[in-house]
Parts: sequence; C-alpha cells; structure tokens
Amino acid sequence: MERIPILKMNEFLLVSIQVDMHDRLAMTLQDDLTDRIVRDRARGVLIDISSLEIVDSFIGRMIGNIAAMSRVLDAETVVVGMRPAVAITLVELGLALPGVRTSLNVDKGMELLRSSLARGGNGHRDAGR
Amino acid sequence: MPDDETLPVRSSNDIVVVRQVVRMRAVEIGFNLVEQTKIVTAASELARNTIDHGGGGSARLQSLRNGGRAGLRLTFEDKGPGIPDIELALKDGYTTGGGLGLGLSGARRLSNEFEIQSRPGEGTRVTITRWK
Ligand SMILES: Nc1ncnc2c1ncn2[C@@H]1O[C@H](COP(=O)(O)OP(=O)(O)OP(=O)(O)O)[C@@H](O)[C@H]1O
Ligand SMILES: [Mg+2]
Repeated sequence: MERIPILKMNEFLLVSIQVDMHDRLAMTLQDDLTDRIVRDRARGVLIDISSLEIVDSFIGRMIGNIAAMSRVLDAETVVVGMRPAVAITLVELGLALPGVRTSLNVDKGMELLRSSLARGGNGHRDAGR
Repeated sequence: MPDDETLPVRSSNDIVVVRQVVRMRAVEIGFNLVEQTKIVTAASELARNTIDHGGGGSARLQSLRNGGRAGLRLTFEDKGPGIPDIELALKDGYTTGGGLGLGLSGARRLSNEFEIQSRPGEGTRVTITRWK
C-alpha cells in the first residue's frame, strides 16, 4: 500500500507531503504518525507542505487532527513551507488551523521547535488561551 | 481541451482528477496563481461534498467567454438526499457529517457567482463561476 514516508530528524519527525493526497492516504498518515511519535519519543512534528498546490478543508482537518494528537502525546506540530497562494486561499476558505504553528521552511521550523522545547516545551503555548 | 466536459465524481481519486483538470483549464483561461488556487480549492470542496453527502455524481466544467471576459463555470450534481435547509448548510461551521462545515460556505467565498439548487430526496446541484 502507498504510504507517505516519515523521517526522523534528531528528536523530531519530518513528513513531506508530496502527492496530491487522496483521502485514504491522509488517514494512513495520521495513524502512522501517532505510532511513530510514541515509538521514537518525538517531541515535535514538522509537516512540510511546500509541494501542495492546494489545502482544502479535508487536508486542513487532517493537519488539525495531527496537531491535536501530537499535543496529547507531548509533541508539537509545525507546518512548514505553505505557499503564499495557499495561505491566501485558506483565509478566504475560513480555515484558521487553530493550534498549528507555521514556518517558512524546514530549518526555520526546527529552530521554532528547539526554542519552544528550550522554553519548557509543550503546554506553555496554550497558556492563557 | 474541450470547452465543456463532464467528469465522474464517485471516488476519492475522482476528486484528484477534478482538481487537476480544473487547474489545467484555469491555466488555459489565464487565471493567475492565486485565482487558480481559489477555484481548484472550491472545486475540491464541492467534489468532496458530492461524494460524502450526495453519494456521488458528476462535475461539469465549462470554459466561458462573455464578450471580452473569460471565466470558468463548475457544476456539481448528485442525486443524493438533498439539503433540507440551504441557508443553514451555508453557515460557517454547520456540518451534519463531522466535518468543519466550511466547504460550502468557503466555496461560495472563493467564487464570483454561486448558485445552489437542492430538493430533499432528489439531489443537489451547486454551480460556481469565477471570472478572469
Ligand atoms: N451535495 C450535498 N448533498 C447533501 N447535503 C449536502 C451536500 N453538500 C453539502 N451538504 C450539507 O451541507 C453541510 C455543510 O457542507 P460543508 O461542505 O460546508 O461542510 P461539511 O462537508 O460537513 O464539512 P467540510 O468542512 O469538511 O466540508 C453538510 O454537512 C451537509 O449536511
Ligand atoms: Mg464539505
């Protein structure tokens, strides 16, 4: 079965979404990621969407679900590489991706995760919400 | 590419195909990248609704020329259960299927023209148009 690879980068996991995902692939990714966060004791997940030409409410919901599950497992999610046209469209679509942070690229996303972990890790960012 | 074609919308993979063909047409019409992204995203939402809520149907893609104006019209049609309260279905966050409830209202915002016809028990037809 077709799968989206999950790479381990130090204490983080990196997923590059390259394909125009159909629904089953998206669901499989969600399950695979949860397993890997636990198995690798990952503290952060980077989701690289620089190849995605669109993000619709289905993909948006998947990203939101991954972020929510990661948080429960004490890992933080950063979405990296969102194209400007996608960002503009998401706003008009009304999709806010609550609890999901974004970075320009993988390097910047790693920096964000590192500094967030150094500050005491997860949980803090939700304080006061 | 024909100016008027109809594609099946029955499986998750059909959604991918609809997105690709809508993109090709949008490029052909001369939409810029943001305009392309908006109409493809709207198409993706409506195609998914056709499958998830309408039990499958079709997508008609029409390239339009109105005087000097070019546009793209997409019509999604199914013979599913229909929408009993259209106004309610168009509210942000309203869903009967555990979604985000953004597809229909979002597709409307992403288009220049939006039309919906639905009768309980007979099906649903949603037409969106985006002009260049
Ligand atoms: N083709 C259709 N046939 C029947 N009902 C529909 C159809 N399209 C939309 N609906 C109804 O309108 C509601 C709102 O649709 P909308 O696309 O906004 O949200 P959703 O599909 O539930 O979630 P998502 O945010 O994932 O799209 C649906 O939950 C459904 O009840
Ligand atoms: Mg929908």
